[in-house]
Amino acid sequence: MADRYQVAVIGSGPAGASAGARAAELGLKHILLEKADHLSDTIYKYQKGKFVMATPDILPLRSSLIFQAGRREEVLKAWDDGTAKCKTNVRYGAEVKAIKGQRGDFKITLTSGEVIEAETVVLAIGLQGNLRKLTAPGCDKPWIQYQLDDPEEYADETIIVIGGGDAGIENAIALAVQNTVVIVNREAEFARAKQGNLQLITKAIEDGKIECFSSTEVERGEDDALVLRTKDGEARVKCDRVIARLGADPPRSFVEACGVVFPSKDRAALPELSATYESNVPGLYIVGALAGYPLIKQAMNQGYEVIHTIAGKPVPPADEDLLKKKIAKLGDVAVDDVVRTIQENVPILSGLTALQLRELLLEGTVHVPEAGDVIFRRNDYTNTFFVIVEGAVDVQLDPNDPTFACLLGMGQFFGEMGLLSGRRRTATVVASERSILLEIPRRTMIKLVNSVASVKRDLDEAAMARQIQNNFAPNLTPGDLGDTLKAAQIVKFRAGDYLFKEGEKGDSVHLIRTGSVTVSRRIGGRDIVLSYVPAGHYVGEMALMTNAPRSATVRAAVATETIKLEGAAFMALLDRSPDLRQRVEAVLEQRLMSNVRMEGRPDSGNIIQFLIDQGVGEATDVLLIDESLCVRCDNCEKACAETHGGTSRLNREAGPTYASVHVPTSCRHCEHPHCMSDCPADAIHRSPNGEVFIDDKCIGCGNCERNCPYGVIHLAYPAPEKPGLLAWLLWGAGHGPGQDKHNHDHAPDAKKLAVKCDMCKGIEGGPSCVRSCPTGAAIRVKPEEFFALASFKS
Amino acid sequence: MNQSILVYRRFRYLKLALLLVLASVILYAFHQPMRVPNGGTWLGYTLGTIGVLLILWLMWFGIRKRRYGGGKVMLEDWLSAHVYLGIALIVVATLHTGFQFGWNVHTLAYALMMIVIASGVFGVYAYIRYPLLMTENRRGTTLDQMLAQMAELDRECRDAAMGLGDEINRYILASSQETRVGGSMWRQLSGRDASCPTHRALAQATGLAAKAQREEAAAMRRVVTVLQRKCDLVTRARRDVQIKAMLDVWLHIHVPLSFALLAALVAHVISVFFYW
Ligand SMILES: Cc1cc2nc3c(=O)[nH]c(=O)nc-3n(C[C@H](O)[C@H](O)[C@H](O)COP(=O)(O)OP(=O)(O)OC[C@H]3O[C@@H](n4cnc5c(N)ncnc54)[C@H](O)[C@@H]3O)c2cc1C
Ligand code: HEM
Ligand code: SF4
Ligand code: SF4
Repeated sequence: MADRYQVAVIGSGPAGASAGARAAELGLKHILLEKADHLSDTIYKYQKGKFVMATPDILPLRSSLIFQAGRREEVLKAWDDGTAKCKTNVRYGAEVKAIKGQRGDFKITLTSGEVIEAETVVLAIGLQGNLRKLTAPGCDKPWIQYQLDDPEEYADETIIVIGGGDAGIENAIALAVQNTVVIVNREAEFARAKQGNLQLITKAIEDGKIECFSSTEVERGEDDALVLRTKDGEARVKCDRVIARLGADPPRSFVEACGVVFPSKDRAALPELSATYESNVPGLYIVGALAGYPLIKQAMNQGYEVIHTIAGKPVPPADEDLLKKKIAKLGDVAVDDVVRTIQENVPILSGLTALQLRELLLEGTVHVPEAGDVIFRRNDYTNTFFVIVEGAVDVQLDPNDPTFACLLGMGQFFGEMGLLSGRRRTATVVASERSILLEIPRRTMIKLVNSVASVKRDLDEAAMARQIQNNFAPNLTPGDLGDTLKAAQIVKFRAGDYLFKEGEKGDSVHLIRTGSVTVSRRIGGRDIVLSYVPAGHYVGEMALMTNAPRSATVRAAVATETIKLEGAAFMALLDRSPDLRQRVEAVLEQRLMSNVRMEGRPDSGNIIQFLIDQGVGEATDVLLIDESLCVRCDNCEKACAETHGGTSRLNREAGPTYASVHVPTSCRHCEHPHCMSDCPADAIHRSPNGEVFIDDKCIGCGNCERNCPYGVIHLAYPAPEKPGLLAWLLWGAGHGPGQDKHNHDHAPDAKKLAVKCDMCKGIEGGPSCVRSCPTGAAIRVKPEEFFALASFKS
Repeated sequence: MNQSILVYRRFRYLKLALLLVLASVILYAFHQPMRVPNGGTWLGYTLGTIGVLLILWLMWFGIRKRRYGGGKVMLEDWLSAHVYLGIALIVVATLHTGFQFGWNVHTLAYALMMIVIASGVFGVYAYIRYPLLMTENRRGTTLDQMLAQMAELDRECRDAAMGLGDEINRYILASSQETRVGGSMWRQLSGRDASCPTHRALAQATGLAAKAQREEAAAMRRVVTVLQRKCDLVTRARRDVQIKAMLDVWLHIHVPLSFALLAALVAHVISVFFYW
């Protein structure tokens, strides 16, 4: 039996390696256990030559190891050298299978069966988990691999890709450019894949670019082939290489088996930790990506801090100084006090740990507005979330009457509507006295909502009450709404789901909270779309008001959430307020009229349906081309390339056309941008005017490119400087204006970064594509305008 | 919503151009020159100056078009104005000449200008007529996709003809290797190829299919079907190229001749000032 270590660090990623190095420096008796035969497997597996970024820039690095932005190889070498220099006691090939016990007496079991004893444990195994391997006989061949560093490395090979998930599909498609690719899917369909990938692979298979075996498993490996078990029997496929992307086992079950509890069932949920990264198991600390810090620098800082805590020499967190600056506006107060005040004053955040609150504060902004200061305006496109730590604000609901406002006091929050619906602000908010506000960015808030159940619940309830009040009961106090709220619930619909169908009994109204719907009616045996209703509006009032069955079918155009309010409660609201009745009747009348108009022109309904089918329903601003005017000069693409680093972000020709309305491949600035969902550098934002753009924090990881279902993001090298117009004209220097829509040359040390349409944010005059279309064929349209467009084109 | 350059902004630039034309005509009608009307009178100078400025401004369009992202005005405004003011130039310049033509550099400049304008008028015609035809002809595919489909049909055709005689296979080979879409400007514009190997192969196969027996007949019929589909594709692809060429070809006259016009104009102005 080995002797007991003071600290055992598990996992040698940036967090674990940094912890190990500090433990060695402080002279703790320690061991660093790493599953792989090298340090930091996640970074090791980055694509060759990848440029690793050291974000967030403002955060200082505090670690015994060196880390600065650079190529993967340099980063790894620095850690290898540092680890050797500090004399960290690393054990490679040591995969931990189980951890039992608590402070003072942990027993760590390796897969080899060996048991290691330690007083404390630092768990730094990241989120990448362990990859699943092929288990069929003969599958231990060197040409069977489980990752793909660089698809361009292979050419003219026959490659079998195993796995119908996103990784498998992406690899298959990338490899198919230069190789013959066969994809093997265990399931009958690619059900697990993202929409965009599904389309890509289906198309590649249809076009014969990739051969597909579905409902198929690997039977065994042979010297130069795989034998597959298909639904029609065995098939032997000769190949040069196999790439198996079978997914990874999430570490959750492992972590739970150690006794650590997770706050919610959500897949993205992270374990709850104290301010010193200690889990609910005393003596078991969790740092790095698994603790919710998805970047290298943060992980390294934590590794350092946690060792100091364990050694009994605590240091203030590396973010202390930054936090002090954040709260400087509040005068001379301690960070801890501010954190405590927030926890006490703001119910929605009271369920957070001090650690989570610090992070919130670091990512957020503290505002101290005076009475009368505007916080945001109606129709701004911002989507941050605000809590009132002290003071009060007025929410002005009526654009024409600023005195018609609702007062929110200490501990309440606002801005949740923009956050939820992804649309413009629906009200102007003004401080009514000197207040302290905390503004929380969208991404942080979403992460919070997903990981802390109480936050989600509070937010949903409050948002529902407010939306009902705004739409149906502006004159009632929230107290008067009690019964109404009991008759309301949030309902979720997937794209294409029915809210209700024509002819059904009408027993409720739906207030659309996120997403959008189409209204259609069956005429002459066909569904004719009559209108498109975006978030913030209601549907279903017609049947209730006219006491008749549903006169139309309503379907979700994109993933949609509505507040479903029972008919009786709705009618009760109308009875209480003649004003409201009048407004609802006016809307009803307008809708009836427009329906009659639309029924007479089925074509415009078809155009709306076509646009919805193209996913335009979730757009906030989409580029359309009128092919009856477009002379195919490509000036739009050239203008885009010229104003954006030499790479056009739009592909005019690609994309479908209906009735001369063409939807080119170009960013739609979605309500809930898919690209934003998983950017490790937090480099994608929405500006107040609505543009979704990528800033210079991008580290080129490619997540957004994969996440965008419309294929409008690319990784590209920045273009070299263009010659002046005269130099090009007179001496033929370089490429002339508009001569290349895609740049091919780049500086040797350039790195690929994500590029996408930013709607020419910051360029005077607006989108260059539209402005430089000589014939007026290119236009930008917002969903509210589809209707006008469709009527115009039919 | 989107509007063509002609009706753009409710004919704003048409109105502007009409104003210019009207002013020129009225001045011309009331002007009583001492001798025959020509460029040398005060009105002649005025119209001439307007004409030169207009031409310079019309040519500036080529530069403005390439100043991507610069200027707040939409390019469509520029083009709409370019078209109407360009046509107005006919009146301005003709009145400027006082109908004095001859075999000299002055008339050369005038003639060049008229050709440039005429090509421009054709351009506008093309811009209005062809875009929709192109969309209809494409039926949702791009030219690249059509070419890919053709290659696919070639393969299918070769497979189908595997057991058939040498003669038809020679035709099929020719169809797959020698069928050209596009080529010289002339070919592009014509939109056809009188000796298209695919059409020849189809004619040949149809003839043979009528005579073939049993299995051969079935195979031959398949070949005919595939070739028919390819012929259809080839025709559509050629039509696509043709339309694109129609949209482009006039610019090959419009632009070089406007430079020639510029040169002639300089010569015209210099000669007037030196030899008058
Ligand atoms: C493609 C990609 C690009 C990225 N680019 C950047 C970037 O440029 N800059 C940046 O700051 N961040 C980037 N990130 C994020 C960054 O990689 C992670 O935040 C970071 O690696 C997290 O560090 P960690 O120490 O928590 O975990 P990891 O780095 O994941 O390390 C975990 C280690 O634990 C080991 N391990 C796991 N389970 C066991 C076990 N049971 N027993 C023993 N050992 C085990 C693993 O082998 C691994 O070595 C990127 C992420 C990805 C996926
Ligand atoms: C003397 C008169 C004119 C001159 C000097 C002139 C000059 C030019 C120039 C330099 C361009 C830029 C071409 C390019 O760079 O791509 C252009 C484009 C064009 N001109 Fe003219 N032009 C004249 C008259 C006209 C007239 C009368 C018309 C129409 C009735 C016309 C229609 C056009 C059109 C449609 C374009 C193409 C726009 C595009 O697709 O970018 N022009 N002209
Ligand atoms: S590639 Fe996309 S997801 Fe990755 S860091 Fe850059 S912007 Fe973010
Ligand atoms: S600039 Fe206008 S006319 Fe030219 S290709 Fe683009 S949309 Fe078509």
